[in-house]
Amino acid sequence: MSTPNSNKQITLFIIFTVVGFIYLLRLFYLQVLADEYKEFAKNNTLHNVTQYPSRGLIRDRKGELMVFNNAIYDLMVIPGKCAGIDTLEFCRLLSIDKQGFLYRYDKMRKSKGFSLQRSQVFEKQITPETFAAFQEKLYDFPGFFIEKRTDRNYRNKSAAHVLGYIGEVTDSDIVRSGGYYRQGDFIGISGIERAYEEKLRGKKGVRYVLVDALNREQGSYKNGEYDTLPVTGEDLYTTLDVKLQLLGESLMQNKVGSIVAIEPKTGEVLSMVSSPGYDPNLFIGRERGNNYMKLLQDPSKPLFNRPIQAPYPPGSIFKIVMSLIGQQEGVLTPQTTYGCAGGYNNGSNRVGCHAHGSPLDLRGAIQISCNAYYCHVFKTVIDNNKYTYVDEAFKVWRKHINSFGLGIRLGIELPQVSMGLVPKQEMYDKTYGKHHWKASTIISLAIGQGELGITPLQMANVTAILANRGYYIDPHIAKHFGKDGKPLEQFTKKNYTTVNREYYDVVVEGMADVVKGGTGIIAQIPGIDICGKTGTAQNPHGKDHSVFIAFAPKDDPKIAIAVVVENAGFGAEWAAPIASLMMEQYLTDSVKRQGLKERMEKGNLIQNTLPKDVTKDTNKGPKNNTNNKDKKQAILNQKLKLKDRNKG
Amino acid sequence: MFDVNPQEKEISTQGYDWVTIGMYLFFVAFGFSCIYAADYKPEHASLFDWKTNHGKQLIFIGVSVVLGFIILLSEYEIYPTFAWLIYGFIMFLIFSVIFIGTEVKGAKSWFGIGGFGFQPSEFGKFAVSLALARYLSGYDIKFKNLKTQLYCAGIIALPMLITLLQNDTGSALVYGSFILVLYREGLPGYLLMMGLVMVVFAVLSLLVKPIILCVILVTIALAIVYLFRRQSSFIYLTLITVGVSCILVFSVNFVFNNVLQPHQRDRINVLLNRNVDLKSVGYNVHQSKITIGSGGLLGKGYLEGTQTKGDFVPEQTTDFIFCTVGEEWGFAGTSVLVISFIYFLWRLVMIAERQRNKFNRVYAYSVASILFFHFMINIGMTIGVMPVIGIPLPFFSYGGSSLLGFTILLFILLKLDSNRVNELQSVFD
Repeated sequence: MSTPNSNKQITLFIIFTVVGFIYLLRLFYLQVLADEYKEFAKNNTLHNVTQYPSRGLIRDRKGELMVFNNAIYDLMVIPGKCAGIDTLEFCRLLSIDKQGFLYRYDKMRKSKGFSLQRSQVFEKQITPETFAAFQEKLYDFPGFFIEKRTDRNYRNKSAAHVLGYIGEVTDSDIVRSGGYYRQGDFIGISGIERAYEEKLRGKKGVRYVLVDALNREQGSYKNGEYDTLPVTGEDLYTTLDVKLQLLGESLMQNKVGSIVAIEPKTGEVLSMVSSPGYDPNLFIGRERGNNYMKLLQDPSKPLFNRPIQAPYPPGSIFKIVMSLIGQQEGVLTPQTTYGCAGGYNNGSNRVGCHAHGSPLDLRGAIQISCNAYYCHVFKTVIDNNKYTYVDEAFKVWRKHINSFGLGIRLGIELPQVSMGLVPKQEMYDKTYGKHHWKASTIISLAIGQGELGITPLQMANVTAILANRGYYIDPHIAKHFGKDGKPLEQFTKKNYTTVNREYYDVVVEGMADVVKGGTGIIAQIPGIDICGKTGTAQNPHGKDHSVFIAFAPKDDPKIAIAVVVENAGFGAEWAAPIASLMMEQYLTDSVKRQGLKERMEKGNLIQNTLPKDVTKDTNKGPKNNTNNKDKKQAILNQKLKLKDRNKG
Repeated sequence: MFDVNPQEKEISTQGYDWVTIGMYLFFVAFGFSCIYAADYKPEHASLFDWKTNHGKQLIFIGVSVVLGFIILLSEYEIYPTFAWLIYGFIMFLIFSVIFIGTEVKGAKSWFGIGGFGFQPSEFGKFAVSLALARYLSGYDIKFKNLKTQLYCAGIIALPMLITLLQNDTGSALVYGSFILVLYREGLPGYLLMMGLVMVVFAVLSLLVKPIILCVILVTIALAIVYLFRRQSSFIYLTLITVGVSCILVFSVNFVFNNVLQPHQRDRINVLLNRNVDLKSVGYNVHQSKITIGSGGLLGKGYLEGTQTKGDFVPEQTTDFIFCTVGEEWGFAGTSVLVISFIYFLWRLVMIAERQRNKFNRVYAYSVASILFFHFMINIGMTIGVMPVIGIPLPFFSYGGSSLLGFTILLFILLKLDSNRVNELQSVFD
């Protein structure tokens, strides 16, 4: 050891030690200081498999199933993990060619949030046969796997607008959800699917799976300690009555318009029909997008949810509200009478009326739907001496109107609800100049024409107010979640109108008279007291809209309904019989007047609504009926010469 | 100094270095546990399944240990005596494998015997060590003579060339480790330094533009010349070094692009982090670093390595066995291994220095140098500081030939070492 070469021995010691020391430092860095390798390892070996919960089912008020789920399979890929796959075999299994393969890969690459290490959809919704074929060969294609999800399926071709549909999330949905959704996930896009998205969708679960370099599963990670189970979406029990809904849709076929039926005491929407509708099953599966485009381009606008989105001039049904406001403002009593000589004249303004006995008191005016009477009422309300200026009185009038849910947004859960249109005084100030307008200037409002726009939902809601004699609960679609769930809290509040309870009775009596012997005789159902009001709404689009509102039974109302049939003529002609049949169905659980029903179903009014060149009135449906009673009623209606529209 | 009484002699003749033997057994056992872990499948957990790698390794270990002890019991004289014969025989085997061997991963370096492969180049190391020791311990051999130096170079270069012909660059490079032996036996230190400096420059020249590097070099040279202007010999040496370096710097890129094979270029690119695709050429080292890095301070626990289970690192039982240590035992495990190995190398050098005859000493230094080279390259490549050169980690890596080769290498040394006392004794006799 004490040889002259001990220097060299030390040199070698130093070399060994230096190398060892460098390696120790490097290892310390790799293993202790750097976190990136641990992260890498996690991404490498842990594969998080999203566990999609099944979406909550949707049922009707009696528990009848409306919307359920269907399993679908998506072919997913983690691009960074696929290497050396037999593309020929792959394409064969998927029945695509090389171009198709490249196209899909390219599309995926260009999509937002593309990452080599993250799983993404390669092919959406593969067929069960492809799924079966793939499942067996999956180990040949590292990086590829199949994810099971659920799509919607619909029991009936019904209530499409209310139920809405689901579809793939957009980029902005993903951002808004704070990362809950991933590309390709489904989200409620319209209707209650959208309104109750968070409850219906449930909660995704994650299963951490250990995979090897070829992406083969090696079992669960830490015995599933970090796994989360998916939480199934809650079942939604809607307020709809499937039978009633189906009847409504059947009655409205080949017509454009809406039906809204509400249970007055609870505000529950029993039925909401928008016609023309569409088959909700068009919005499932791979054709979803194409079908959507087709429906979007359809000139009859089947996607338009008329009951909540289409404001109509209410026409004569507005007289009901005027009767109440007039009384509340102290300018009208049940005994107030006005004469009518075929209309109302005020300078150059003339509002026409049909022939009827004169003079009329309040009940009579409702029953006969006298235009002149309500022009007088309106004038006394607006030109009331209580208020210094017209616009003050108008403001009060408007406040009353709003309290009936008109011109405001009702609390229904559906998206894109229209508030309707109730003009503000500013609008008239602008048109005529401040203080340069008075009751006679805006007299058409008196009979529900002019600048008024009211959605069928609002009409039904007003009817419910009448049925409740003074209040409404926000109409809604969701009854409860889960089989024995509680009613939703936000739909228990009673909204009282600004009109006192005592003023309602006479109006209700008037409405009863309408059906007993007024403009709405056709709506009669034997053994049930019905209160109703016809409306015939003038509109710039062609023939008048046929409007009818009603509730029944009179003393313990179970249903309040509004029907609008576009360009169909008098309220009594189409809307009233349809409403009557709906009420019969709901109250007696059957329709005895099959003849009337058939006549309504056969009525094809759709061409009335089409652009002008097709306005030839080929529809003579009502005259072909066979039922004797209906015939009698039709004749009676003819005799009464229902003409509640103005000519001004 | 060596007061040996007859009683002690009895024990001393047994005088084996038990510490080294103990460390050898520790390495082999640790290595086996890592192979078992890398091989481990819960459904086939049997230790004694001869079809699995760990099962086979168990056989190799058995054979090696038995052979090791046979060597310890053998006669000391046969090694110096038959050194040339062994060298010739092994060279013949290595050479003939080119013609009758089977090709594995592009290298034709295997004999297929039954179900086992036999890699003669793993035995070339102890053959060269014996031959070199035999030659340098010969009568009147002075390392200063050019003839001696050329002779030594020839002994080393022969197997190196044959191995290169087998297309097994990794194994060929191992013979480069003998430069340390030659250094100990008289090769001037500055040659070692120059070699190191050239490697540094070669690497730098791949990273920096050659012309810039040359300007820097010349600047440094001029500064040195100015500082040491009174020592003319030093000036010449400096100028020569700088000149050679400049040529080297310019030629490296040429060699890199035109002489090296594509996979060798890739490996150097991986090491230097030059636009590497982690999916293909960079995959191995990247995954290796992930595996080691994910072990953390204390590791994931034995048989708990997720990377290991997932087979993310290719060759994890052989060249990349260190990954398993890294992942499952963490920094605690890797540092124990590195420190043990360095201590083991120190011990070999100490053993070398306590030899009283040149044959033993040269052989001992050969063993230390070879093991050091394997250690440095193998662990270096798994942690990304050395290019990927496919050579095993001694005693750890799976493989019968390599384990047997290293065992023979080490146990001949232990035998020689045990005999130093006898030799001493014979001097006194």
